[in-house]
Parts: sequence; C-alpha cells; structure tokens
Amino acid sequence: MVGEGILKGMAETARNFFGSYVSKDRLTTVQYPEQRDPQIESARSFPFLVFDGADWHDGMRCVACQICEKECPPKCIFIEKSKDKKPDAYGKPQFYPAAFNIDISVCMSCQICVEVCPFDAIKMDVVTDLSSPDRFAGLLLNKQRLAKSDEYYNSIHPTEAAAVDARRAAERARQEAKAKAAADAKSASDAKLIATTQAQPETGGPR
Amino acid sequence: MTHLIPLAQQLDQIFVLAAHWLLSYLPAAIHPLCSAILSVAAIIIVFATLFALTTWLERKGLGRIQNRYGPNRVGPCGLLQPIADGVKSLTKEDIVPITADHAVHFLAPVLLVAASFLGYAVLPIGRNMVLVNLNAGVLYFFAVGSMMELAVFMAGWSSRSKYSLLGAMRAIAQMISYEVPLVLASIVVIMQSGSLSTVSIVDLQATYTGIWPHWFVFTPWGFAGFVLFMIAATAESNRSPFDLPEGESEIIAGYYTEYSGFKFALFFLGEYIGMFATSGMAITLFLGGWSAPFSFLTWVPSYVWFFAKLLAIISVFIWIRGTLPRLRMDQLMNLAWEFMLPMALLNLFTAGLWHFMAAGSLRWLVCSTMVVVPCILLSRGLKHKKKFQVRTYHYSE
Repeated sequence: MVGEGILKGMAETARNFFGSYVSKDRLTTVQYPEQRDPQIESARSFPFLVFDGADWHDGMRCVACQICEKECPPKCIFIEKSKDKKPDAYGKPQFYPAAFNIDISVCMSCQICVEVCPFDAIKMDVVTDLSSPDRFAGLLLNKQRLAKSDEYYNSIHPTEAAAVDARRAAERARQEAKAKAAADAKSASDAKLIATTQAQPETGGPR
Repeated sequence: MTHLIPLAQQLDQIFVLAAHWLLSYLPAAIHPLCSAILSVAAIIIVFATLFALTTWLERKGLGRIQNRYGPNRVGPCGLLQPIADGVKSLTKEDIVPITADHAVHFLAPVLLVAASFLGYAVLPIGRNMVLVNLNAGVLYFFAVGSMMELAVFMAGWSSRSKYSLLGAMRAIAQMISYEVPLVLASIVVIMQSGSLSTVSIVDLQATYTGIWPHWFVFTPWGFAGFVLFMIAATAESNRSPFDLPEGESEIIAGYYTEYSGFKFALFFLGEYIGMFATSGMAITLFLGGWSAPFSFLTWVPSYVWFFAKLLAIISVFIWIRGTLPRLRMDQLMNLAWEFMLPMALLNLFTAGLWHFMAAGSLRWLVCSTMVVVPCILLSRGLKHKKKFQVRTYHYSE
C-alpha cells in the first residue's frame, strides 16, 4: 500500500530524534572551539623553527643554508644569511638567519622543507587556528613567530622528536669523539713536538 | 466553581476585550478602520514570531533527526538564532541581475508575502477571533492562496536565469496540479456543514457527544479528506518531499536563485506563512479549529488550542522533511493525478453516502470500506504499472 515505506521511514527518524536525547553516543558533534578531539600524532599544518635551550635566538638550529628556500615549491620561504657567525649546538661557528619569513598564506604544507633540512631545524607544526584580521602581515610569520622550543616539538610529535633527538645525540657524541680524537692527536703530536724539541739538544742541532 | 467559569470565559476573550477597550478611547466613526488595523497588526506580529520560532524548531528538529545538536550558539539553546539570521539577511548586499526585469523582480517577494498573509483574514484563531466572517470564507482562502503561484512565476520569469525559470515552471505545474485535490478534499467539509463560512464550520465541530468532539477528522471521509488535504498542502507550500521547485541540489534554489539579502528572507517568510495558513485551514476544516479535543478541557482558552494544533502540524511537517527524499517529476504528477484526484473524487461520494445513511455502525462500515478499498486498489495499480526499462546509451558505450 502507498505510504507503508513512508511510515517505516518516519519511525526510523523518530527513533533517531528521541534517541539523540537519551543516548550520548548518538551525538558525535564536538563543540569545536571549547572542546577538541585529540590530534593524531602525524597531524601537520605549517612549518616552524626549532630552537634548543632557553633563548630562541641563540638556540636556533637553523644555519641559513637556504636549502629549504630553494626547494620550497610555492616559494613561500625567505631567508637572509647573517654576516657574522655564532656557535651552533655542537659548538661549531655557523651562519644564522638574519631574517627567516614564511608566508603561510602561500605555504601548501607539503613538508618538503622538513624533508630536506640537514640540521633538523625546521619541523611541521599542528596549530590550525591561525586566522588573522590582517591578511598580509598577519599571515607572514617572521623568525620570532616561527621559533618554537624543542620541548614543544617533543610534545606535539613525540615519536618523531625522539628519533631526531637520538640522531642528534649520536651526532654530538660522534663530533665530541672526533674532537677528542683530534685533541688527543693534537696533544700527542704536541707532546711529540715538545719531546722532539726537548730531545733536540741531545740529537744535536744548530747551536 | 461558578465564579471560575466567567474567569475562564474572560481569559478566552481577553484579546477581544482588550481590543474593545482600546477602541473605546477612539471616536466611533473610525472604529471599523482601527479595529481592522489592530487585528491585522496582531496577525502579522503573531505569525511572524511563529515563523521565527519555526525556523528555530525546524533546524533543531532536523538536527536531532540527523543526530546533531542544531543551532546552540546564539542565546540559550540557540533561541536567538532567528534574530541573528534576520540581522544577517538585512546586512547582506541586495543583488539584482542586470538583465532582470527590475520592477517585477522587486514585486515578486512583496506579492508572495502579501498573498500569504491575506489568507489569515478568514481563519478563526479563537472564539470570536476572526478578522472577517465572510460567508464565502473557504472560497476566498483558496482564491487568495492561488495568488502565491503568480508571485512564484513572477520571481522565476523576471530573474532571467535558467534555474529560476525551471524552478518557476516546476512550481506552476506542481501547485496547479495539487490545487485540484486540495480543493476537492475540502469540499467534503462544505458538503457536510452546508456553509462556506469558516466560523460556522468551526462552530459545527465545537460540539460534543460525551467527551468526544464532532471533529470532521473522526469520520471516514473526514480522515481521508484530511490526509489528502495535508499531502496537497505540503505540495502547495513547496516543502519536502515536494520541493522540486526549489531543489537545492539540482536547480540551486529554483525560482529564487537570483534573490539575495532581505528579498531572499521574504521568500522564506512567505513560504512559511503560506504553510501556516494552509495548516490553519486544515485545522479549521478538519480538526475543529479552536475547539478543545475533549469536553472537559473547554475551560482552556480557545486560541491556545488553535496554536497547539498548529504547532503539532508544523512538527509533523518538520518530521516529514527530515524523513523523505525529493520525488521525481513523474512521481509527483502521478501521485496528484492518478492517486489523489480519484481518491478525492471518491471521497465526495463517501461524504454524500454518510449524509444520507442513518447513523450507526453500518454507516461506519460502509464508508470506511469506501475509503480503504479504493486506496489499496489504487496503490496496487500504481505499483503494477511501475515498469522500468533498462536504459541503453548508444553513443557512450
């Protein structure tokens, strides 16, 4: 008969209607700005610059090598290399970015800058509420707005950051071992030099 | 108890008495004019408020049907959402297409709202609460209601857009097709009450046997008429599942594609006001108008019953909208001409038989059979006719 299916459908919608008042499982809506679902670990939005230690400027890992600037497909990264050098995390004097801007209105979140960075200095952020009343300056992130601590990086991407930290620790150990070996070799050669210089009178030399 | 009855009566007539009291301060010469203005203003304010409330109810109801919350940001439970929507539509830019017929394009929403409000003139909202007691009230109502079709076609034609024109064409086809069963379904009531006056139709239903009222919906022909009337009313007000003229997913918004800002809101308003008017007419014709559902509840003010019934019908409209998908054009036309029209015509005979047979269970049996059997046979016949052929595409395969 005409209308049988309609009545069946209406019973179903009525069940949904009253069910939504009874069982909380039916209402899957998350009241967004107040409530947020936890983000998955591999979530990514826009890049940021990692710094170690307390001071964002001194601890910045970036050495202004400009690889990311060259690789960036939409060309949203702008880097100005410094004239002087400052010691990096391994104590080696390096250049640093005098200016580092990312225009996130252009950025397409492809993560290529992160893939190419040999210094683990640029990583992907997870913040999404970046709306701004100023569509030019508000979306052009400078060095200070990009700088975020290593602790923050560890908190948003724990697994990835742990791998990075292990790699960096190994690198530091290698550098230190190398430096130590160099120092040892140097001191050995120095000793040898001293020994030779001291031994010189015995072996005889120009007097 | 004796002093309670006058109190209940006073509460029932409170708006009538208030109007009389207000008019007593004015010179007698302008009484008719002022009385009319007062009533019109009251109708416009009450039903515009009901419109605002309904948009909120609809969004909440549809939300719950789809397991969502619906609007819950503006005000408590999102109750101020209609105000926010109103402000938004007022601040929007009013875009008129450059090739549009400007005068007609402007007039269409105005005419739609005006036409949809005109029907309320003959709706008895409560005891003694009717703007004019026309002796051809029902006829007037349907005559005014058909003006909405004109407004819809004006909108579609003047926009000079293919979507608008398609929507308007569909709307005309649909509204004219469904006007036939709409009017035929209401004729049974006129046959039974012997009057075209809405007031006397309600008065006839506001009597009781025991505790039960004499509403026309509680007779076989009345029930069939009510169902047919409500289906046709849904189609008349372009609501889902008969929303082909609007059809957001296929022709964008149909005849009001080219409207924006407050004119768009006016179309929305006109549509809902028209829906309330047809629902009010259904209440008047079949559900006993302002009369109470049981004789022991007659102390509740009459207008409360009218609005309770109206809200119940609106809820069913929302429920149906949340359930049914849109019909196809041929399904729409088949339903009107092959199912509803024969049923409405048969219903006339049923009502006549009911009038001439002696009251009793035999009358009930015969008339119920006359409604149920044709309904089953017709729906079976429609089902059998449904033969889909596999469509072959010669060029794309």
